[in-house]
Amino acid sequence: MSKKTLIVIGNGMVGHHFLEQFVASPAAQAYTVRVFGEEKQIAYDRVHLSEYFTGSSHADLAMATADWYAEHEIDLHLHEPVTAIDRDRRAVQTTKGSYHYDELVLATGSYPFVPPIAGNDNPHCFVYRTLADLDAIRADAEQARIGVVVGGGLLGLEAANALKSLGLEAHVVEFAPRLMPVQLDADGGALLRQKIEDLGVRVHTEKATTAIVDGDDARLKMTFSDETELDTDLIVFSAGIRPQDTLARQCGLAIGERGGIVIDNRCTTSDPHIHAIGECALWNQKIFGLVAPGYTMARTLSAALNGDADAAFTGADMSTKLKLLGVDVGSIGDAHGQSPGARSIRFVDEQRGHYRRMVVSPDGKKLLGAILVGDNSHYDTLLQYALNGIDLPDTPEALILPESQGGAPALGADALPDTASICSCHNVTKGDICGVIDNGCADLAGIKAETRASTGCGGCAALLKNVVDSELEKRGVAVSKDLCEHFPYSRQELFHLVKVNGIRTFRTLINQYGKGHGCDICKPAVGSILASCWNEHILATDHVPLQDTNDTFMANMQKNGTYSIVPRIPGGEITPDKLIVLGEVAKQYNLYTKITGGQRVDLFGATLSELPEIWEKLIAAGFETGHAYGKSLRTVKSCVGSTWCRYGVQDSVGMAILLENRYKGLRAPHKVKMAVSGCTRECAEAQSKDIGVIATENGWNLYVCGNGGMRPRHADLFATDLSDDELIRTIDRVLMFYIRTADRLQRTSVWMENLEGGLDYLKAVVLEDSLGLGAELEQHMADIVSTYQCEWKTAVEDPDKRKRFREFVNAPDKKDPVQQWTTERDQRRPALESA
Amino acid sequence: MKARTTWEAVCTVEDLVPDSGIAVWTEAGPVAVFYLPHRLPALFAIQHTDPFTGANVLARGITGDLNGEPVVASPLYKQHFSLRTGVCLEDDAVRARIYPVLLDGHQIRLEVPVAQREILAA
Repeated sequence: MSKKTLIVIGNGMVGHHFLEQFVASPAAQAYTVRVFGEEKQIAYDRVHLSEYFTGSSHADLAMATADWYAEHEIDLHLHEPVTAIDRDRRAVQTTKGSYHYDELVLATGSYPFVPPIAGNDNPHCFVYRTLADLDAIRADAEQARIGVVVGGGLLGLEAANALKSLGLEAHVVEFAPRLMPVQLDADGGALLRQKIEDLGVRVHTEKATTAIVDGDDARLKMTFSDETELDTDLIVFSAGIRPQDTLARQCGLAIGERGGIVIDNRCTTSDPHIHAIGECALWNQKIFGLVAPGYTMARTLSAALNGDADAAFTGADMSTKLKLLGVDVGSIGDAHGQSPGARSIRFVDEQRGHYRRMVVSPDGKKLLGAILVGDNSHYDTLLQYALNGIDLPDTPEALILPESQGGAPALGADALPDTASICSCHNVTKGDICGVIDNGCADLAGIKAETRASTGCGGCAALLKNVVDSELEKRGVAVSKDLCEHFPYSRQELFHLVKVNGIRTFRTLINQYGKGHGCDICKPAVGSILASCWNEHILATDHVPLQDTNDTFMANMQKNGTYSIVPRIPGGEITPDKLIVLGEVAKQYNLYTKITGGQRVDLFGATLSELPEIWEKLIAAGFETGHAYGKSLRTVKSCVGSTWCRYGVQDSVGMAILLENRYKGLRAPHKVKMAVSGCTRECAEAQSKDIGVIATENGWNLYVCGNGGMRPRHADLFATDLSDDELIRTIDRVLMFYIRTADRLQRTSVWMENLEGGLDYLKAVVLEDSLGLGAELEQHMADIVSTYQCEWKTAVEDPDKRKRFREFVNAPDKKDPVQQWTTERDQRRPALESA
Repeated sequence: MKARTTWEAVCTVEDLVPDSGIAVWTEAGPVAVFYLPHRLPALFAIQHTDPFTGANVLARGITGDLNGEPVVASPLYKQHFSLRTGVCLEDDAVRARIYPVLLDGHQIRLEVPVAQREILAA
């Protein structure tokens, strides 16, 4: 039986992939295979075409060798374009002869679209598709200084990179308002533009070229519809592709309205003996301009020709991940969020130039699409979610936030594994830090500069310092405990100097024990020490310049420069009337309102000048400041306890209110949180607090040094079955010993872990009074408690202190112009999309 | 050609807070004015807008000196800006605009560019 003939027209990546599949299949035995290629070279990797300019030869890019074709008995005809197909005779006509086929595969690919612009046929105008195109561009660039690419899509940017590598001043002209309009949204496009411009490529968007004429200072001049002009020496068109369907049209195959050879799911055209794959094929009204879908078609067709009844092309994922001019760009699925009801989650890091957007289904369960610019490390995971329809986690934003391991073991820095994430903003692990230290970096500033750790939100500053100190010590490097360049003392030493010498101002302290004028490290630290020792109003003239903005303005600064307000609600117990006042105030000032984890209400979006007005109203209703801005006691959370609960054994709310009112306003090295649970069911989550109290049949169990947050730690059981008085005396001692001996910004957990002797030592000091300090610690606490004042009450009653709240001292009515708002879920929020 | 400027009166000494900043509104936009009584000169003016975030907050930062350089730390992400040059100490590619400042009797004056409309009106 004589063999049938299979002819493939086109020797590109997809045509070659088909051959690889087909020759390895059983059907290959039944066919003689013949291939016609228009170009001179064997199929090569067009995706990496640009590398041709940076040293790769055709041989490097080739998909196969002539030997491979010979080995597989494929009759390869290069540089022999097919000129016609005769369907009746089942024959193809080439420039050299006529060949019969039984089955014909069109893998003719696409051709670059050249916009109909007067002058586009100038000899200095090129397209960017074949090695021959690149040879021509290279030759023309020798006498050129400037090169313009028309088209800011994926290929256009590749071409711009190529021009740049040829030493030209490269420009990209894009008709759309942004780069890569198909794959990216406005923000992603803007960031990509910025990055590409930083690399020296000039980008011009919203430019419609009207003509190409002879230039004055350069060979050519482009004119645009907005009447601007651009001089250039050569132009590369990269304004999209069109399916190469000429042969199919001539022989009367079905063609799509906008071009493309119509195929069915088995990649067969309207003629059962003619098939089409790759960029020339139109499936379901779609052209697939990427290589991966073309490969899928090639595999489908090969299987179909082998009689596989299940073989079907069912569309392809158009997600892309690439590096353009060294910039990571990724686009997955419905990147533009065009699905009905789709919602977006975005992450923007303008400093590092990262943009990530997730498009999620209306119920938030599925990932529909995504955009990544600047960092593709999240691409693979996101693609898995999108492609496989995997349910998103409850906090889907975690997928695009900088990685965090969370829940690291509650041990000292030394016990952290190398993989422990120290800085989650910049995803710096302990191993990264050790690596930098091993490379000779021996100070915190250098390590921060090298790894970027702690240069994002700064939340890991204390942890980072711990890790660095511990690692340096291990390596035998003397670690300076100096607070900063201004004070050669630790916080603990400064505390003693202040206390023993009765120092009451920063200026006195720095004049006697420091040098220079201070900084944002030592000033708040000393401010906190002075407050812990003398408890003067933080807005007393001498103390104002010491405070972080949150302390200065007694509110929490948010990302747009406005503040949030948290009035104290002791124990989380609030009367309906007071709750109504909160609502009324929030409504009047249009404040975004949210319930906090500490059983309080947080009111966001107050401007500086609104703060005293708002507090006047809150104070009139009986509220006090909540110190949410301070390194001080925040809240004492409670469950409802024995007054209502069937299981409660003590009045947990009453105890929480007692504790909160006792310790409110207490300044400490870091924030302090407490909770009281009315029974062992622990509904108030007291074991995750610095001070946790759990009711027993006989009194209270005290837990200390727990925390939630970045490095959660369960509190340790410290004492059992305490009476009310014993409980308060014990807490007084623990807190005051912490305040006196902890390092700057050290929470109770880390403080206790770093105490020589740890928990047992702390128990000895507090419960057995091993240092004989007990009475002094209690007296110190009593002094602080007795000098408490509501800072806000004092501030609103003092015209001088109120002056500080003028937004612009010379323009009382001027509103901060950068504050732009939008509405989300019926509330106002900042209109910055970097949420 | 040098842009035309004017010495705009923005506040009085009573408005200043020692070792700290205040914000004023000028023809050139929001500017932070710092008064560091233990230095000479003691007055500094720098753009109020934080170059990293675009928020108008620099006047609310903590002042001090690093290796002798007078600085303000952004209250948002704590980058330090030299009060003399405006250069960010953590990233010298980032620079806040600074304005010449002088004490004229009780008035604090800043040298700011003349707004375009005033040039046209003149």
